[in-house]
Amino acid sequence: MRWVNRHVGRRDSVLLGALPILLLVLLYVFMAAERHAANPMDKILPLPSGMAKGMAALLFQPDQLTGQLVFWADTLASLQRLGLGLGIATASALLIGLVLGVLPPVRAMFGPLVTAIAVIPPIALLPILFIALGLGETAKVALIVIGIAPVMVRDLAAHIADLPREQIVKAQTLGANSWQIMIRVALPQAMPRLIHAVRLSLGPAWVFLISAEAIASDVGLGYRIFLVRRYLSMDVIIPYVAWIALLAILMDVALVQISRRAFPWAHGAGH
Amino acid sequence: MSALLSLQNIWVEYGDKVVLEKVNLDIEAGSFVSIVGPSGAGKSSLLRVVLGQEVPTRGTLLLDGTPLTPECGPDRGVVFQRYSVFPHLSALKNVVFGLECAQAPFSARLFGTARQAARDEAIEMLKAVGLGDSLNLYPAQLSGGMQQRLAIAQALIKRPRILLLDEPFGALDPGIRADMHALITKLWRDYSLTIIMVTHDIREAFTLGTRVLALDKRRHDPHAPHRYGATAVYDLPVRRRIKTTTDEELLAEAASLQENEERMAHE
Repeated sequence: MRWVNRHVGRRDSVLLGALPILLLVLLYVFMAAERHAANPMDKILPLPSGMAKGMAALLFQPDQLTGQLVFWADTLASLQRLGLGLGIATASALLIGLVLGVLPPVRAMFGPLVTAIAVIPPIALLPILFIALGLGETAKVALIVIGIAPVMVRDLAAHIADLPREQIVKAQTLGANSWQIMIRVALPQAMPRLIHAVRLSLGPAWVFLISAEAIASDVGLGYRIFLVRRYLSMDVIIPYVAWIALLAILMDVALVQISRRAFPWAHGAGH
Repeated sequence: MSALLSLQNIWVEYGDKVVLEKVNLDIEAGSFVSIVGPSGAGKSSLLRVVLGQEVPTRGTLLLDGTPLTPECGPDRGVVFQRYSVFPHLSALKNVVFGLECAQAPFSARLFGTARQAARDEAIEMLKAVGLGDSLNLYPAQLSGGMQQRLAIAQALIKRPRILLLDEPFGALDPGIRADMHALITKLWRDYSLTIIMVTHDIREAFTLGTRVLALDKRRHDPHAPHRYGATAVYDLPVRRRIKTTTDEELLAEAASLQENEERMAHE
């Protein structure tokens, strides 16, 4: 049988998917054990027990200066920045994308501007943001927004502009004006695409968050990683990275579920 | 009696390319006009001009003696071959949409008794096209024929002066197509519609229409094929027997049509 025709069932696909991850973990533990056998003080590849010990201090012991549980304070601060950035970017993408997509004159006027902003590397703007907005939360959130919003706007506007011309004409023959076409025809059909755009933007959003936190911050997941790097604390860095990955996966899964529940018509006939 | 729709000296040109030249037409209320012609003869261009989707290069378009604005509006309904229905709305909501747009300019949604009245009207229309059991299905869950029924119901709820059909049954199976022919004839009679239908199926044009227009180029310059545009080269009145027949006879005719189609398919 050809490989292109080998379809994998649900249970098998879970097993197959877990296999490489388990192998990588095993490989890591094996290499770590080997290094520790040679040098019990090794910091580069900490054993799981070492990670547990390193993390326990951050998870359960209040920080001496701030009195906060460091890990949870970091998580909260990062999620707040990420949430604000994603929220603002999503809202503006929806608003601007909708207007650009539906109204040709607006597209002609502001399309090139959005494209111009989108091609600027956001990290290059970080110094400007720090100078203009200070080193506080605003600059970090602004970096996330500037980093992901233009791409989302362009994607959404293109998607809406690509709606079949027949639909727009049909809506007009049913008496709809521009506003009604925008809110009843374009907006609902843009929503699943918007959620998709948010999913794709999660990766870049995390990159911009960690970058901003690494450069100027006093709390946050990215800040902690770059702080403990000075002490070669791989026992903290690795669990933090794993935690970030887990958070990103959870957000992605949540977005898929929201899209399936709220917009069944966009997800095939299986509803 | 003056014509419902009158096209006077309509020209459509794209740059050097002349698509339609000097089209003069009067369309009476209650007629069923089929437009046939070879590919590229401007059938769809003519329909788009009447619909208001396209502005003619020259000429005027009169509806009831008043010039039409070059924009689509609720006085002209349309059913395209595809993409005529909104994929994100259920069948019922697809039909209610037309009523909501007129009655709620800002929210485009109705509430309370107005909503109930609109739903009732839409349900009645859906029953008339045979979709009474599919009110809450999304278009993706409907077959091609059912989607076209929905598109027709959606257009008719606005009681358009003219219904424009752009190869509406072109993508359907022969059997389904015969059903649709029976349906559109019934609706045409029950709602006293005026219909303009573009089709590439000549038999369909003659079965359904009370008048068949053939578009083609009168003149042809082999060195400049785009120099001359198409116009109505034949304008044939068709004596419709169907108008006086009963539903049973109509169904019988649909069945025989279907048989013919199948026989032709086998050959």
